[in-house]
Amino acid sequence: MKKQVTLLREFTKGLWEINPIFKQILGMCPTLAVTVSAINGIAMALATTFVLVFSSLLISIVRKWIPNQVRIASYIVIIATFVTIVDLVMKAQFVELSKALGPFIPLIVVNCIILGRAEAFASKNNPLRSVLDALGNGVGFLISLFVLGSIREIIGSRTILGYQVLPNGFEPWLIMILPAGAFLTLGLMMGFANMYIERNKNLEREALIAQYKRVGREEITEEVLKEAGV
Amino acid sequence: MKQVAHIIATLTLIGVIAGGSLSLVNNWAAPKIALNQKAETERAIYLVHLDGKRYEEIKNAGFEVYKVFNEADSSVGYSLVYSGNGFQGKIKLMIGFAEDLNKTTSIEVLEQSETPGLGTKILEPPYKDQYNGLVTTPAIKLVKGVEPSNPNEVQSITGATISSRAVVTIVNEGIAKLRTIENKGASK
Repeated sequence: MKKQVTLLREFTKGLWEINPIFKQILGMCPTLAVTVSAINGIAMALATTFVLVFSSLLISIVRKWIPNQVRIASYIVIIATFVTIVDLVMKAQFVELSKALGPFIPLIVVNCIILGRAEAFASKNNPLRSVLDALGNGVGFLISLFVLGSIREIIGSRTILGYQVLPNGFEPWLIMILPAGAFLTLGLMMGFANMYIERNKNLEREALIAQYKRVGREEITEEVLKEAGV
Repeated sequence: MKQVAHIIATLTLIGVIAGGSLSLVNNWAAPKIALNQKAETERAIYLVHLDGKRYEEIKNAGFEVYKVFNEADSSVGYSLVYSGNGFQGKIKLMIGFAEDLNKTTSIEVLEQSETPGLGTKILEPPYKDQYNGLVTTPAIKLVKGVEPSNPNEVQSITGATISSRAVVTIVNEGIAKLRTIENKGASK
């Protein structure tokens, strides 16, 4: 029996600890493609979150009836159904948004975040936990896309969410709204995120070594440190 | 054997439920989507003919073309939907022509996937407004670097020659196509 984590943790872990973009490195294709502006990022993340939550819920409910051999096929059909619903609703009600996101809405079907969470979490946990996990991952995705989209929009077209924030004297960096800008921004963001994580890890490690020295523990080998989890 | 039956039953059930719910949603959404598309075409038709009040689709043309009428119900010209290759993908234009097809009234870009910041300048007034009242006989010409000196010349966008040329080509081809239709109609 594995240790049960609290319901709150199921949600919050998606925000950073297993953030889809920075930790699981999933769903890179829509991430890079749609983040030319903050609003596109938000819309894409909301659509993905909707599909993620409902497919996780449904997959978690039916997980015990689906034979193991055809589980992937079943998940894909369930996910594709929700994506098509989102696509139709957006075309009917939010014409402008659907135009801006273009072919990326149908492509949510193959967004690996959704299949990834279905396979790794929803197929093994109860509906409540699955929904919370999906929401957490969705919000984590939303935050990442919003930040990425904002940076590209500010530098690439001087605006954020359509409001001008940089003076006219600032020449927009065209490259930021081209695909290359997406790779550069995401790469730098991941780099800084990893730098921060590494730094924290090292601090923790040093603190532990210092503590061991204080209590007079003689040999501080790699194994000892590994056991302590740092 | 029992397992095979189970697998088939599961997949069938999922398929039926998915299909059923999709058809429900589609029944609700399809009329709305059609309405949206129609509203958008209509908006574009009147964008290139500001005095237009009513339009008629010309049937059997092989492409989308509308005859536009003003308030007094006399014809003010044509609105033509025509597309061609741009720099990276298709460019789809709504082109307004005067009654005698010798002048454009204006153009509107319906769809494009040009380079942001360069090719997308075809959407902006400095380039687009050159088509307001542009003479189309002889064929429209693209000039680079210098101010247009003839009434049938369009100045190219710096850094986006291919996109600029694509729009010129589409307009020229569109008018040629429209003329053949018109001639056929006249000979009948």
